[in-house]
Amino acid sequence: MGLLSFLTGLTFPRGVHPPGLKEDTRDKPIRRLPFAPRMVVPLQQHFGRPARPLVVKHQEVLRGQPIAEADGFESVPLHAPVTGVVEGIELMATSRGPKTESILIRTAPGDSQAIHWARPRDLERLNRPQLIQAIQEIGLVGQGGAAFPTHMKLSVPDGYDIDTLVVNGCECEPYLSADHRIMLEQTDAVIAGIRIAMKALGATRAVIGVEDDKPDAIAALQARLDKEGPIAVDKVRSKYPQGSEKMLIKALLKREVPSGHFPYHIGVVVNNVGTMAQLGTLLPRGEGLVERVVTVAGPGITRPGNYRVPIGTPLRYLLQHVGFTGNDASHIILGGPMMGNTVSSLDVPITKGVSGVVVLPDPEDEDIRIQPCIRCGRCVEACPVGLNPSDLGKLAAVRRYEVMEERYHLNDCFECGCCSYVCPSNIPLVQYFRIAKSLNRERLK
Amino acid sequence: MTPLKIELKTSPHLKQAGSVEQIMRHVTYALLPICAFSVYHFGISALALIITTVVTCVLTEHLFAKLSGKRSSVSDFSAVITGLLLALTLPPSFPLWMAALSGFIGIALAKVMFGGMGYNLFNPALVGRAFAQAAFPVSVSTWTVPGHPDRFTEFLPSTLAMPFTTPAPVDAWTTATPLAQWKFEGVHVETWSLFTGMTPGSVGETSAILILLCGLYLIARGMMNWRIPAAVLGSAFVTASVFYWMDPTFYPTPWFVLLSGGLMLGAMFMASDMIASPITRSGIWIYGILIGFLAVIIRFFGGLPEGIMYAILLGNAMAPLIERITQPRPYGTRKRRDAA
Repeated sequence: MGLLSFLTGLTFPRGVHPPGLKEDTRDKPIRRLPFAPRMVVPLQQHFGRPARPLVVKHQEVLRGQPIAEADGFESVPLHAPVTGVVEGIELMATSRGPKTESILIRTAPGDSQAIHWARPRDLERLNRPQLIQAIQEIGLVGQGGAAFPTHMKLSVPDGYDIDTLVVNGCECEPYLSADHRIMLEQTDAVIAGIRIAMKALGATRAVIGVEDDKPDAIAALQARLDKEGPIAVDKVRSKYPQGSEKMLIKALLKREVPSGHFPYHIGVVVNNVGTMAQLGTLLPRGEGLVERVVTVAGPGITRPGNYRVPIGTPLRYLLQHVGFTGNDASHIILGGPMMGNTVSSLDVPITKGVSGVVVLPDPEDEDIRIQPCIRCGRCVEACPVGLNPSDLGKLAAVRRYEVMEERYHLNDCFECGCCSYVCPSNIPLVQYFRIAKSLNRERLK
Repeated sequence: MTPLKIELKTSPHLKQAGSVEQIMRHVTYALLPICAFSVYHFGISALALIITTVVTCVLTEHLFAKLSGKRSSVSDFSAVITGLLLALTLPPSFPLWMAALSGFIGIALAKVMFGGMGYNLFNPALVGRAFAQAAFPVSVSTWTVPGHPDRFTEFLPSTLAMPFTTPAPVDAWTTATPLAQWKFEGVHVETWSLFTGMTPGSVGETSAILILLCGLYLIARGMMNWRIPAAVLGSAFVTASVFYWMDPTFYPTPWFVLLSGGLMLGAMFMASDMIASPITRSGIWIYGILIGFLAVIIRFFGGLPEGIMYAILLGNAMAPLIERITQPRPYGTRKRRDAA
């Protein structure tokens, strides 16, 4: 393995090599998106329980002020993304599917939109539980896409010791370059965030994994880090899904998270570089999460780039601003094209977990007829988990969902989509697996 | 703003280029140079044979699709490949009516009855060939002199034999293949002529270099798993080397084993049939090694001079079992899973 990883770079077995498609955005500095006239802030834009609103209709709010509080530990508060007036709390369409209660804020025209609310803390004097609580108060959730509350991720259950914090700077999804720009432009914030997270976890070392297509980011991080220090930067091979938690742990640490377990079971916690940058910026100042960097790219966009977008900005406003050309692009994805979801409406807001907006052309002219499996084995060669998508697909076709779970490790599939990506027969394998998993869950209820 | 059409789709939203039709089309392209050489080598009889089997295979598939009320799968080119491969494994003088019947049996018995494209346990072309071997033992082992001066103007006497008649071999045209010469007469044909293909043999099996190049084209395009031909040829070479080392006066050189008969064609284009071979990486190696070993053993100890056809069919039969014991180890589990 030693020689092999020397030749190929650190990586996990199998996987796929989709085109990077990052040329249009990765070299442009992050720009600020103007404030939309009306913001939609869903009470639930994270994993866990929805936040509880603290504001009422017609109330004036200042940018950065808490507008909803966390409902217990498994929740995070929300902060006003703009200075303005609360228009109401209504059910609104969101990217998560069903309509969600959201706080609507009319932006005050002509306001400077400076941050008006902060609770600075002396981080040195906080113990670990206090640090975790402080992180919860800034409303931080994972910026990579899953929107898992960061304070939950950093508080490990009793009995588990974390030795290594893995920081995910892979950004293996095509088109996306937000993390790349963050590593270049907010290098110090990333490192500051890593130090805070290490303290919260009690971890003695951190490893930042960056794909080898971002040598400038690797150099920028290394220039700020002591070679012998506790934080290391490791180059990993550009391959999808290098940025998935379990694959990155395998690539960097040569450890595997046992099936059905979490990384903390083997002493590891993984966080995204974007999350670390937010943590390093916001926590020392005691400010809430009110904006994030979003890559906007794809053939349907005339001004692609990375934008600093206020949380709650309606997608329609964002698309108009970046020169969305209209009807030819009917395939709008939140997140990256490999794992992101298409939106049902242009009224959905950008939430804390949205790392990218990718507009693809309509693939209607392509022949996407589903053919029988020709057993070419490409899916088996692609599956990063080591499953047999071909057999699983055949079982799904005859609805033997229990067998898929009991004997074919269906629940280890994390839906990266490699199998569907390579299948020459156009079998929607990962979609079959999603259906199988949800039907199995239904059956258990 | 004009109303937008918004489509809801599920991830992944990108797709690697390549479809079933594309793979099958490229396999067809890769076989065409071999067909062209065989026509040059054996003349219009070989051409007639190729056309006959391709047409029969395509028509059989179409007919069964119509009978069962399904969308005709002829456009996926897989029946064309079966037809081409079947012709390439038959002797040039093989009567056309027998070839047509073999093609029909191959598609009907080995493909349609198992559920069509993607479900066949055995390579349909080889099942057709095995049928020919069993039903027409004389015609299937009558070999033609290559490069006959009249080959472009005259059909071989047996080619146009009336249906349900077996033609008698005509001495002026017939000869023995290098493999048969070794097996039954102890004569060793020079290795170089085996490499270039200027020898008697089945329509498309004679030129090892051409088959190798056509196979490499498919491997380079990512449309064939290189491990299968590598395992078959490697294992045949090693097995033959062991016997050659034990008795160099009796056994042929490993190079002769590699380049003679249908081994190269079988390893490159028939053992590598995706549908009838295992899908797992270690399974592919076991499958290939097994085929190479069996092919040499049948050649050396069996009644027939050539063993690759039965070796591959046995490999096909073993494939599901091999696959079952070679499932990949899922991430985060200790043991290989015990598949159904």
